[in-house]
Amino acid sequence: MSAKTPSTLEKVMAAGHLGVTSECGPPRGSDPETIKHKAELLRGYVDAVNVTDNQTSVVRTSSLATCIHLKLMGIEPVLQMVTRDRNRIALQSDILGAASFDVNNVLCLSGDHQSFGDNPQGQNVHDLDSMQLVWTVRKMRDEGKFLGGDEIKRPPKMFVGAAANPFADPFEIRVMRLAKKIEAGAEFIQTQCIYNLDKFEEWIRQARDRGLTEKTYIMAGVTPLKSAGMAKYMKNRVPGMDVPDEVVKRMADTPKDKQAEEGVNICVETIQRLKEIDGVKGFHIMAIEWEEKVPEIVKRAGLYPRPQID
Amino acid sequence: MIVANKKPVGEIIEYVKDCNKILVLGCNECVTVCEAGGKKEVGVLASALRIYFANQGKDVAIAERTLERQCDHEYLEEIRDIADQYDAVVSLACGVGIQFTAEKYHSIPVYPGVNTCFMGATEQRGLWVERCQACGTCVLAYTGGICPISRCAKRILNGPCGGSSKGSCEINKEIPCAWQLIIDRLKALDRLDLYEKLFQIKDWSTDRAGGPRKVKREDVQI
Repeated sequence: MSAKTPSTLEKVMAAGHLGVTSECGPPRGSDPETIKHKAELLRGYVDAVNVTDNQTSVVRTSSLATCIHLKLMGIEPVLQMVTRDRNRIALQSDILGAASFDVNNVLCLSGDHQSFGDNPQGQNVHDLDSMQLVWTVRKMRDEGKFLGGDEIKRPPKMFVGAAANPFADPFEIRVMRLAKKIEAGAEFIQTQCIYNLDKFEEWIRQARDRGLTEKTYIMAGVTPLKSAGMAKYMKNRVPGMDVPDEVVKRMADTPKDKQAEEGVNICVETIQRLKEIDGVKGFHIMAIEWEEKVPEIVKRAGLYPRPQID
Repeated sequence: MIVANKKPVGEIIEYVKDCNKILVLGCNECVTVCEAGGKKEVGVLASALRIYFANQGKDVAIAERTLERQCDHEYLEEIRDIADQYDAVVSLACGVGIQFTAEKYHSIPVYPGVNTCFMGATEQRGLWVERCQACGTCVLAYTGGICPISRCAKRILNGPCGGSSKGSCEINKEIPCAWQLIIDRLKALDRLDLYEKLFQIKDWSTDRAGGPRKVKREDVQI
């Protein structure tokens, strides 16, 4: 696969390197220093930084505005867009807005249901779903046209991604679903956090058998566990998350003051094992409110320094 | 059918507390089946109002009537002769019937006695569930007869989302994941090929988005 956009992330992976992304959650306020501080922690250690879009349906500074802050700092953002809050007019408009700042990556998601957030009485939109948003951005980029058919002056040049959860139910359609996302136009895939490596290997084997790993860059998602409590919470409370008992036990058997360190160890070991899997083209390190650990993880996993692409 | 749920009596009392002659008007169709606004519920509400006004020491006349339908001119005409006697009507029909009654009897206040909830079916006695949101462009042919618009919390046409867990929706374990149901049904029909097909962007102009809708059939008009 050769690069089709100015995206650094795409160029890194197209050149055959493992791509590395992390993420930055915008603040619940308007102080840009919070964003800049988080982004500085990641500078130089990742190829691009995902900016979440009102994750868990809690109101935060917008993903687009935060991406612009990153862009102005010289850090490559991945604009996350959920279909929950905006209709096709607003989505296309925000894509253009991002493109006007040369935001070169977008990740299309449906978004958590609003009942989980701080406005459970709100409406949701879902005019498009995540696959249809992928298709929309590709149409805007490749055909230079709006959904309505009119021509776009200076179309967006975005590397278009989607999420995949190898662990969600029903398992039997997980790979078919990946195939649909690729058919819609997803050029990279960031997966749900991986703790159950056996299940992930089975999923990617099926994807390989269908030739899907040659059609998209699959970036394996990892999240370092901060504590045994977090491991249990993710196992029991987060829908679509698969944390095997042995991982919970390993965290629980570690003295409390060493659990964070152990969580990072597990994360690094996970990346090392995933690096050996055919079809894994990169890593998405989601250190939730723990961005300062990303440099250590990237270094220890042998992913540093990041390749320099023009 | 259209499924409705009874409003709290206290809320209805707030509407009519200053009235002297009230007609409680039921409907013999959907709201009778879902036990929210039929003859039986008219009787129960009328009794509750009588008890309330008696306790207040007020002499208020409460009449009861249940029409075959409140969404048809001909049945609503049945109260033409008596409507003027009342200074309020509490309609236990769905939102359609309440509005049609209000439109017909322009000078009499018509208050809702129910909250109109959705189009659904009786899953078991006392349990009604949503099945249709009248999007105006039915997709059931491609989804194994299970509607992702009305049964998926995100109305996703290319589901399931990542929140599908053990057959349930992430928002509530008691809600089945519509896409799990669709996949199960397509499998039973040996039509999983339909799942592989990418659903195109939907035209929502036939849904609520297109403004108030009408169906006009000249072939059946008189």
